[in-house]
Amino acid sequence: MTESAEVSRRDFVTVVVGAVGAVMVFCIGIPAVAYLVSPALKVKKTEDWVSCGPLENYPIGIPTLFTFTRTQVNGWEKTAISYGVYVLRKEGDQVLALSNMCTHLSCRVSWKDAEVVYVCPCHDAHFSIDGEVVSGPPPRPLDPYETKIENGELFVFLKQE
Amino acid sequence: MAPKFVTWLDERLGLQGIYSTVFDRKVPKVNWWFTLGSASLFLFGIQVATGIFLSVYYVPSPDHAYDSVQFIMNGVSFGWLIRGIHHWGATLMVIFVFIHMLRTFYYAAYKFPRELTWLTGVVLLLATLGMGFTGYLLPWNQKAYWATTVGTEIPGTIPGLGPFITTVLRGGGELSAVTLARFYSLHIWFLPAVILLAIGIHMYLVIRLGISNIPDKDD
Repeated sequence: MTESAEVSRRDFVTVVVGAVGAVMVFCIGIPAVAYLVSPALKVKKTEDWVSCGPLENYPIGIPTLFTFTRTQVNGWEKTAISYGVYVLRKEGDQVLALSNMCTHLSCRVSWKDAEVVYVCPCHDAHFSIDGEVVSGPPPRPLDPYETKIENGELFVFLKQE
Repeated sequence: MAPKFVTWLDERLGLQGIYSTVFDRKVPKVNWWFTLGSASLFLFGIQVATGIFLSVYYVPSPDHAYDSVQFIMNGVSFGWLIRGIHHWGATLMVIFVFIHMLRTFYYAAYKFPRELTWLTGVVLLLATLGMGFTGYLLPWNQKAYWATTVGTEIPGTIPGLGPFITTVLRGGGELSAVTLARFYSLHIWFLPAVILLAIGIHMYLVIRLGISNIPDKDD
């Protein structure tokens, strides 16, 4: 093979194949990575104000349960999640909304009018009317919901999980 | 000159010998029809790669198969591209494998000493068609369902054994979750295993025996 300043045929082919290969890897690699990663990057907005109906529906001084469900879509699958809120209407527009999920192991507590406590059926935890732990294993008071009243309608704020 | 580490590796792996055996073999002067085998192999590689990617989101269950395909098409970035390539690659592969067979037949390249290459090629053609047949059901839409209903009905016309074959193909009297699961299994495990094995033998024979001349008038 004679030495010359010109690019040899073999070198030319090597470079062209390498360059075309690099472009192909790039064109295939980007979609491939995006394909694998994209579901993780899509942040689903789940937080929202949820209407609990007119404030008049709730008697003053007695915690009243309001339930609602939200549907969560994960790819090809839908899950319905149910929520329970104990609404305690106080004087005027004062409202305390508590999650009915026990802070111990997430069982659903229920209000006992006679004993004036929330009772958790799982480990017999007792919470006061304001959600404070009276007895039992729960580590913290019942979780309160942020509330607002618009035109006499009560809303609670469902936080992002 | 090869870099030092390549030499180091080659002393231990002997890759140079494999490379020269596979790529530096002598070939007769041939035409473009002789590229169809490589094209089929390339398409098989594409199908394997895109198929693996599709399996990330596809669910072979009647509850979710259709929705998971919709999710691939609309919910995942470039899902339409991966599925599109798998879809069209499948069609192209059937065409390429078939024309590859026709070329071999018309150039009489199947004759001594290449009979076994031809026979493994037959296995590859049938397995490729099998891939097309089993893959067609997986989107679990109306077209897929009824095409498979008809497709599994066909062997049922064989006297005696026919109805039994139909039942085995469907995994029961009619198309069901069992049918979908076994077609999926065939599509991603059984048939690819058969194809890989057959490609291995096929290519070993091509390299060992060399490729045939284009026959001239005296042949």
